[in-house]
Formats: sequence, structure tokens, C-alpha cells
Amino acid sequence: MTSPTTPPQQPAPGGTRLDPWFGAYAERAHGMRASEIRALFAVANRPEVVSLAGGMPYLEGLPLDAIAETMQRLVATRGSTVLQYGSGQGDETLRERILDIVRLEGIECHPDDVVVTTGSQQALDLVTRIFIDPGDVVVAEAPSYVGALGVFRSYQAEVVHVPLDEHGLVPEALDEALTSLAAAGRRVKLLYTVPNFHNPAGVTLTAERRPRVLEIARRHGVLVIEDNPYGLLGFDGQTLPALRSLDDDGVLYLGSFSKTFAPGYRVGWVVAPHAVREKLVLASESAILCPSNASQMAISAYLDTADWKGQIKQFRELYRERRDAMVGALAEHLPSARWTVPDGGFYTWVRLPEGLDARSMLPRAVTARVAYVPGTAFYADGTGADHVRLSFCFPTPERIREGVRRLAGVVNAERELVEIFGTGTALDPDLTDVENPSPDLA
Amino acid sequence: MDTTTGTPGPTTAPTPGAATPPTSDVSIGATDGAAGVRQASDLRRRLSAPRDAAPAPGHVVILAGGLSHERDVSLRSGRRVAESLRAAGVEVTVHDVDADLLPFLDRHRPDVVWPLLHGASGEDGSLRDVLELLGLPYVGTGPRESRAAWSKPVAKSTVLGAGIATPEYATLPQSLFRELGAQPVLDALVARLGLPLVVKPTHGGSALGVTLVERVEDLPRAMVNCFAYGEVALIERAVRGVELAVSVVDLGDGPAALPPVEIVTDGPYDYDARYNPGRTEYFAPARLDAEVVDAVQDVAVRAHRALGLRDLSRTDVIVDPDGVVQFLEVNVAPGMTETSLFPQAARAAGLDLAALYRSLVDVHATA
Repeated sequence: MTSPTTPPQQPAPGGTRLDPWFGAYAERAHGMRASEIRALFAVANRPEVVSLAGGMPYLEGLPLDAIAETMQRLVATRGSTVLQYGSGQGDETLRERILDIVRLEGIECHPDDVVVTTGSQQALDLVTRIFIDPGDVVVAEAPSYVGALGVFRSYQAEVVHVPLDEHGLVPEALDEALTSLAAAGRRVKLLYTVPNFHNPAGVTLTAERRPRVLEIARRHGVLVIEDNPYGLLGFDGQTLPALRSLDDDGVLYLGSFSKTFAPGYRVGWVVAPHAVREKLVLASESAILCPSNASQMAISAYLDTADWKGQIKQFRELYRERRDAMVGALAEHLPSARWTVPDGGFYTWVRLPEGLDARSMLPRAVTARVAYVPGTAFYADGTGADHVRLSFCFPTPERIREGVRRLAGVVNAERELVEIFGTGTALDPDLTDVENPSPDLA
Repeated sequence: MDTTTGTPGPTTAPTPGAATPPTSDVSIGATDGAAGVRQASDLRRRLSAPRDAAPAPGHVVILAGGLSHERDVSLRSGRRVAESLRAAGVEVTVHDVDADLLPFLDRHRPDVVWPLLHGASGEDGSLRDVLELLGLPYVGTGPRESRAAWSKPVAKSTVLGAGIATPEYATLPQSLFRELGAQPVLDALVARLGLPLVVKPTHGGSALGVTLVERVEDLPRAMVNCFAYGEVALIERAVRGVELAVSVVDLGDGPAALPPVEIVTDGPYDYDARYNPGRTEYFAPARLDAEVVDAVQDVAVRAHRALGLRDLSRTDVIVDPDGVVQFLEVNVAPGMTETSLFPQAARAAGLDLAALYRSLVDVHATA
């Protein structure tokens, strides 16, 4: 219903687009936009707000004085190396130390198999860059890490979600999806999975399912991306064998120091088969020349001098206490919801009472001084509005309980509203874009 | 009056897509109405006068951030204004609204405070009440008037009383729907106001919680989205036409309207369109006949006066197919980000932003 006075919709003389390059952006940049939800997260960083949104590790437990001393000594004694460019593949000493870490989950490999990256986020970017042409399919869990979806989208991959349950990715569903994609003539390149303490779902792929998932992927000729930032943060101290430990050639393993040490260094790594690793190094050099020498050497020195295993144990206990606070508060205040009880990691995945939309509820939550990530961030297809991700890694147990109490008030108010208007979580076509990952959501 | 054939943009304008707005006198004179020319050029003269007369305003504190839904926009506005003021030789501190604010103001006793807070305590007047209590001079409208302007229905009924047209509307609290049931109320709304409708929170900016409803079945969802931002909804008849934002500046000798900025989007002018530069096309000055520009500027100045606003404001209007200027809402703390409308209007008037902001501060520093 356009009235005759509506100005023409096409550019007319005298008009100004504040972004003169509006028409010039690549197609892959189209999803990169400021959004209402990102704007609301600006409030979440204020101390008055209990943020159950971000995945920031709790760093106050780190031996900061010792770390400061180590970094000071590094620059004082080896400054001309520490502050210099380094190797594209990553510092050799650090790569050797990484072997000690991955061995904890059963991975036996050579330092040459390791490529150091600027956080696992860059590893995701590099892997996607060398494997994905526009239109290729990436199969990923439903839900999936928002940061991975953002990368896949930026390389114009099509993400097909496969359900997971309390035991992780469902092998039968995976087989079925890959079979029907093949029948439809689709080219599936990658299976992206977070097997341990899933972000956002909080579940872990059982030992029994691991070889079955690998067998299915192998049979369909699909490379597995095993993204494992939380594997050492199991609350009972147990680790499951990494997928990579069961299959040397079919799995790219992504590891990170961000959750077990400190994200500020931005250091992660890939364990990759020989040929893939060569391409990863070349791709990484073209992107960043080399990862930060200063960060890598600081981490090597930390691994050499600090009781890093003891530190991880301390983190496990800290996060277990917070998980307990979270699920206890949910049981007390939000019995109408359902949630996963994670055995490790940072997150619980909460299904809201029938009919609630996590996105439209977010402003009300911010008003009530509590923040969460709406479930839609973790799906490439716009679904997930009936879920929220709650993280328990950063706030103290007391603040977690307060946050859940506030959230319960928000949920109850929203339920009343939805009852009045009889709206459901019908898909809103305007709200189907994947949120770009921001550090707030990592 | 026919607004379809608005005067094309100035011949000196850059090609479509170019970022630099026209700043020459010629382009202003070619498109502004008579009143617009006089007012814009008065401001220009005023700002280009030697600054020796005005002593440096000392220390200015910009308040930005706060706990509102528009925190992000406010922080960006605060940074932009701070940069401009510094370029004009003013000492500026940007401060958040938090528990440290009052001790900070007490310690530093700034010469002028500029609240650049969008939403909540920044625009509802309560923070300005505090500034009054502290006896600190500040840029912008007083507390009582801010409170009135901040409420969209109060602002609408006030300007209506001043003879300004505004789309027909209803304000309905959530509790009413609970008591009467949603469907009968929504049916009555549609029967009375027709479709399309605009549903918005009675308080708030940046189009947060605002939905344009074309189909009756989308109305319940729009209400739910709106009530997530506040307890009361304003539902008004959607007016199609030319969408304009008119900024008003008063440097001490009466309010003057800047050239209206015309907004063209491929869809509603929502949060996405406002803060993703490129989706929206702006025409500053607007492609309107001189007499329409006059009428639009007249409405903005009258609204500014009727609501008792001070220093600066931005009024959003639509010129409907009959040429009637329809008032939508007014902002006592208009956005000052790089994509915001107030700075665009100032540039279109050929005003130097640094000088303009400095003058707004000077008015209070020398008072």
C-alpha cells in the first residue's frame, strides 16, 4: 500500500547513504550487522546486571603475580625474540608442550602435526577457508556454538543441523541427514561438533557413540571438526578419549588455552593430518603471518613453571560449585523450565516454558538486570527461540542464584503476557540471522 | 498540497552514494524554505562569530551510558560529542551513570554537564532533577518538560493542544488486556484505527520494541514485543508519506529549525535501518517544496515551544499524502552518533559541529 507521495525507493539525486560503500560489500558480509540484541548486551557488562550470557572464564584464581613475573623476565631476558615475528606454524617449544596437554585425552601425535592459531576461533576460520566453497554443506549439532556458525556463514556455507540429546550428537540422525543430503546431490564437507560439555547444550558425546559418529563420517567422506575447548574441565576430573585419538586422518582437533588458562593471550591450536596441516599453515600465514610470539612464549613459560594441572583442577572445582548453584537455583525458582545438567564446561541449556520467545523476552530481562543468550543465536535456521543459554562460569554462586531468581520473575511476567495474547514461538522471518559472535558470547 | 514532486536535491549535490553532504550556502538557499534559510544562516553567522567574546567554558562533563536499553547508542553519542568539543578547545570528561557519578560531580564541580543519555533516567527527567538538586548547569531540557516529552502520549496530546496534527492513537496498559482479554481489545483497536498500525512502547527510543503491523494476525506478536520494553503500549494509525526528522537548536535567542532530513528505507526505519549505515538513504536537505519545508520546520519549532524544551530537540514527523505534517515523537536527547539525524541536519545547514556543540555549552557556561 504505497501512497503516491512515497519517495522513490531507488537512489535519487541528492540522497546520501551514510555508508557510501553500501553496494560494494561482498555477499559474505551481508550477515555482519548491528542488531538490537547486540545493543542490549551493552548493558550486560554493567556490574548491576547479572550476566549469565558471556563465556568468560573466571581468571581471579590465576597466580597473577607469578604470571607477571614470568612475562617480565621473558621480555627482559629474551625480548628480541619474544617481540619478534615467529614461525607461521607456531613456536616449536609450545607445540611440544601442547602434546602433553592433548595426551591427557589420548591423542598421540608429533609436534609437526600441531598448528598454533590465534585462539580456536582462528582455527575455525582457517579450516573453513581451506575446505568450504560457497554452497557447500557443513553439518553441525542443533544447537551449535554461535562463533562457528558465524564463520560458516561468512564463507557462505549452508549449515544443516543434526539433533543432539543428553548423550550428545545422535548417530542415527547424523547418518540419516548425510544420506539424504547425498541423495539430494549436496556436497557435505565438514561435520562440526563440540563433543565435550557442549556449547551451548552442556551435554557430552558418550564414549559409546564416539566410534559410531566417526564411522558414519568416514563412510560419507566427511571430515570431522572436533572443537574441544572444555575437555579438561570435567567436574569429576575424568576425560573421554578425543575423537582424534580414535581416528588420525578423519579428524581435525581444535584446542585452546582460553578456557583452561587465559583467553587474553588468544592462543589455540589445531592437530591435523599432514597434508591438511600444510594448507593450514599457508592459510594462516596469508591471514596473520604468524601467531603472537609473546603470547606463545608466555604460555610456554607458564606451562614450564606453574602447576598448570593443579590450576585446572582448581578451575574444575570452582566451576562445579557454580554449576551446582545454577541447577539448584533453576530447580528452586524456575521449575516450569527444563535444563541440562552439564558434567563440565560453562553452560546449561534451558528450555523455556511453552510459548515463550527468548528474543522478545530479552529487553524485559535487561530491565530486570539479568542477561542470557537467546537460543536463536545457536541455530543457523532461525529456530531455538524457546531456549536460552545460561553460563555459570563468571558470576559467583551467590550472583548466579540472584540472576536465576531475577530470570524467573522475567519468565513469569512473559508467560502471563503470552497467555494474554496467545502467541507462540512462531518463526519471525525478521529474526533468522545468526548473531555474529562477539567476545561477549564466546 | 502535492508533495509527490518535491524539489529535487540541489544541483551541487554529489552523486548518489557519495558521503559528503552539501555544505555550501548555495545548496541551503536552493532548497530551504524562507524560514529555513533565515534560521540556518542566523545560526551559521552566530557560530562563525569570533569566539573571543565567550570565555572557554571550563570543564564539561558528558553523561553517557547508563542502564537503559539504549546504553550502546548513548555511549557512541557521548564519544562523538566529546571529540567535537575537544576539537573546539573544551576540556571534556565522559562519565557513566553509576554509583560513582555523584561523588565525581561533587569532587570536580564541572562548569557544565551535558546529559547524552538515551532512554530511562537520561530522558525521563530524573537525572536532570538530580543536576538541579546539585545546582549544576546542564545542556538540554529541564526535568519536568523532559518527563512530558519522554512520554509519547503526553507529547502527542500536548502538541495536539497546540494545533499540530498527530496520527490517531490509543494507549493501552498490559493490565487492561489481562482484564478484558486480548482479542476484544485488539478487535476494537483495529475497528477504530484500521490497518496498518504502529505499535510502540510509550517510552523509549531507537525504535526498540516498535513494530509496523500490516496484518491483523501479526498484532498479538507486536504487542508482546512492545510490552517487553514497558508496561504501556502506544498504538497509532500508521501514516504513509515522507518521513522526516527536524532538529531544533536554540542558542539563547529562540529556537531555530535546521533543514529537515528525509529518511528513505527499504522497509521500516527500525533499529537495524538506523544503525547499519547503508540500508537507509538520507536526504539532507529533504526533497520537498519550500512551503512544505517551512511547514515542517514550523511544526518542529512549535512542538519545541509547546513542550517547553530547551537548547536542542529533534522532532520526527511524516508528511502525509494530503500534505499534512503529522507529529510522531520528539527527543530531548537526540542521538549524536555518526549515523544520527541531528548531526546530519547540522552539517546540511553548513554548521560546524564542533562550533555548534561548543555554543550549546557556552550558553550555560556563561549563564
